[in-house]
Amino acid sequence: MLMLFSQIASRNTQMVDDIMWYIVGISVVLLVGITITMIYFVFKYNRKKGHKPVDIHGNIWLEIVWIGIPTILVLTMFFYSYSGYKILRTVPDDAFEINVKARMWEWEFNYENGKKTDTLFVPVNKPILLTMESMDVNHSFFIPAFRIKEDVFAGKETYLTFTPEKVDNYDIACAEYCGLNHSMMYSEVVVMQKDKFTEWYGENIDENIIDENTKAEISN
Amino acid sequence: MANESLAVEEKSFYEEGTSKRTGLLGWLTSTDHKRIGLLYLIAITVFFLVGATIGLLMRLELISPGETIMAAQTYNALFTLHGVIMIFLFIIPGLPAIFGNFFLPIQIGAKDVAFPRLNLLSWYIYIIGAALALISLVLPGGPIDTGWTFYIPYSVRSTTNVSLAIFSAFVLGFSSILTGINFITTVHRMRAPGMGWFKMPLFVWSTYSTAWIQVIATPVIAITIILVILERTFGVGIFDPALGGDPLLFQHLFWIYSHPAVYIMILPAMGVVSEIIPTFARRTIFGYKAIAFSSLAIAFVGYLVWAHHMFTSGISDTARAIFSFLTFIVALPSGVKVFNWVATMYKGSIDPKPPFLWVMSFIFLFSIGGLTGLVVGALALDVHLHDTYFVVAHFHYVMFGGTGTIFIAALYYWFPKMFGKTYNIKIANWGVALFFISFNMLYFPKFILGYMGQPRRYYDYLPEFTSLQVISTVGSWILYATLLLVFGNLVYSLFKGKKSTGNPWGGVTLEWHTSSPPPLENFHEIPKVTHEPYDFSQLKEMKHES
Repeated sequence: MLMLFSQIASRNTQMVDDIMWYIVGISVVLLVGITITMIYFVFKYNRKKGHKPVDIHGNIWLEIVWIGIPTILVLTMFFYSYSGYKILRTVPDDAFEINVKARMWEWEFNYENGKKTDTLFVPVNKPILLTMESMDVNHSFFIPAFRIKEDVFAGKETYLTFTPEKVDNYDIACAEYCGLNHSMMYSEVVVMQKDKFTEWYGENIDENIIDENTKAEISN
Repeated sequence: MANESLAVEEKSFYEEGTSKRTGLLGWLTSTDHKRIGLLYLIAITVFFLVGATIGLLMRLELISPGETIMAAQTYNALFTLHGVIMIFLFIIPGLPAIFGNFFLPIQIGAKDVAFPRLNLLSWYIYIIGAALALISLVLPGGPIDTGWTFYIPYSVRSTTNVSLAIFSAFVLGFSSILTGINFITTVHRMRAPGMGWFKMPLFVWSTYSTAWIQVIATPVIAITIILVILERTFGVGIFDPALGGDPLLFQHLFWIYSHPAVYIMILPAMGVVSEIIPTFARRTIFGYKAIAFSSLAIAFVGYLVWAHHMFTSGISDTARAIFSFLTFIVALPSGVKVFNWVATMYKGSIDPKPPFLWVMSFIFLFSIGGLTGLVVGALALDVHLHDTYFVVAHFHYVMFGGTGTIFIAALYYWFPKMFGKTYNIKIANWGVALFFISFNMLYFPKFILGYMGQPRRYYDYLPEFTSLQVISTVGSWILYATLLLVFGNLVYSLFKGKKSTGNPWGGVTLEWHTSSPPPLENFHEIPKVTHEPYDFSQLKEMKHES
């Protein structure tokens, strides 16, 4: 499990994990603080001790503090995660575009040179742009190791981008419920060394630049 | 106020009905808000146990990868049913229809709700809606398999009884709207002399806020359901992309209701918490107005966050940013409530009886639910966690750890008032402890599974997830047994429990000023309200002490 959290599979995996630890860290401090205070009060002000209760109707300064500080905290969370999200969604100019088609219950990958596969083959350290479309119902393209996901619709193209950084095989899952075999709609992304990929693909994609039309479409 | 010796001579609402009819018919035609509350209690508790049993079966299937006890289609139907039953038949009507009906009029010193006959009609509409849902299970075509969210286009393609099942939700919606209208009018028009807005107990405030959401948000799901049925029957092409429709429009409409519905589920529970803590701490609530206004704030901002269910649906980056921002903002009023509740324990005289222990358990579990809501509200994280077990864990901590826990807390708090009986405290304490342990055992592993990449609504799973799935399943066994203990304790006490006094906990809101169980029109004489809601100086015990 810890292995999975520290694995650097793609360029942004670590960034997403860092944001996670930031929010979880603050949350744990708040949770522990609330819980300890509550339990302490229950012992300290237990009726058995015979204290006479004191009616305190409120305290405007305390209200300001516990609205103010959480507001600041959640704003930092929002901006931190939003800036990370911007990075996740920004498609580098030299991204290599692959078209993804989803149907009940399989994935199909179409490459620019006409190659068609059911497993996603990509070269390491090359930004990838997936333009995705469904042939039937909604699906969702999910690579847990890369911390990315986007729904796949019929009649509406969506996109995902990632840059794999470690040669390995990673699971692709469907995350949007799509019927009987939804849980078996797995595929793999196979991250290859550059020369191995060139050999498999049949041409060198180093000079590749995504075309203006695609860029205009996905920026909408 | 009320005189105990007088109370003994008067008949309770069990002995005296609103009409001459007696027996079962006397109950089924009664317009007494207390009887209607109990009718809801029976129906809703039954559905809760059915929903929990389905959950137990789902967990059993998931104890190992591949087929364990059922086929994929059965599993898909079961998780849909689990969602439909728990959401539409248990948690949305749960607290308002049972405890709102029973206690809202009493807490403001009214004899009944504003429209008693409409109230009875609401219960019948609820039963008709539930019956339609049950009928949809057995008709040819088979039980609905779309998930409770019935997303288009799958819900148009599915050959199961989708139309009838969602029509049952349409019918149930009207029960919810009518109850909402009834409560709003009751709060505005029926308060006893002296019961100003800021003398109302906080349960009334939260139920009142909820009622507005019920009235305003529910019609949106009604329209959506009708459009889906039209789409399935006539192929009108509003949502279905194959006919030129837009499936995203469906998701927007669905969540415009279903997100505010989350607050319909949690707000009344928050109100109950604000009742229980002062009673067992025997001091006034800390920050009355902060808690009252935070309910209204949640009800209002809660309308504006629906698209956080759609962060991976290809909506524009600007929309995602705005909805993420508002989602962080809506967390704040809930935080305010938690801080004020804990502060209410400060310098109190705390007697941790079972209802109070349930509330402590609630504060811990609900805090986890709320804080993990920040995680999934964060854009960069939701892209990874959306539609995984992390989300499943998050909403079970909020809905079950939050509202479900308080459903039980409210039962244990008001049981002596509703039935005039006491229950076994020791068994009740064991119930809380076992619930707390098994709940975390069942749901906490799902946070980890979700982060590891286990998507939700999966019949089968990868072998590396097995050990955490097994822990979760074992947790479900203990939790289920605990629920039987928790409800069994009350059912036993109903028949064998000792008679309760009018005010066993030393509460001071108006329901504790009448006999247990209360008479037909709640009070022997209409109370005049002179104290603020949580003023314990009026309590006899306190006067003796000082």
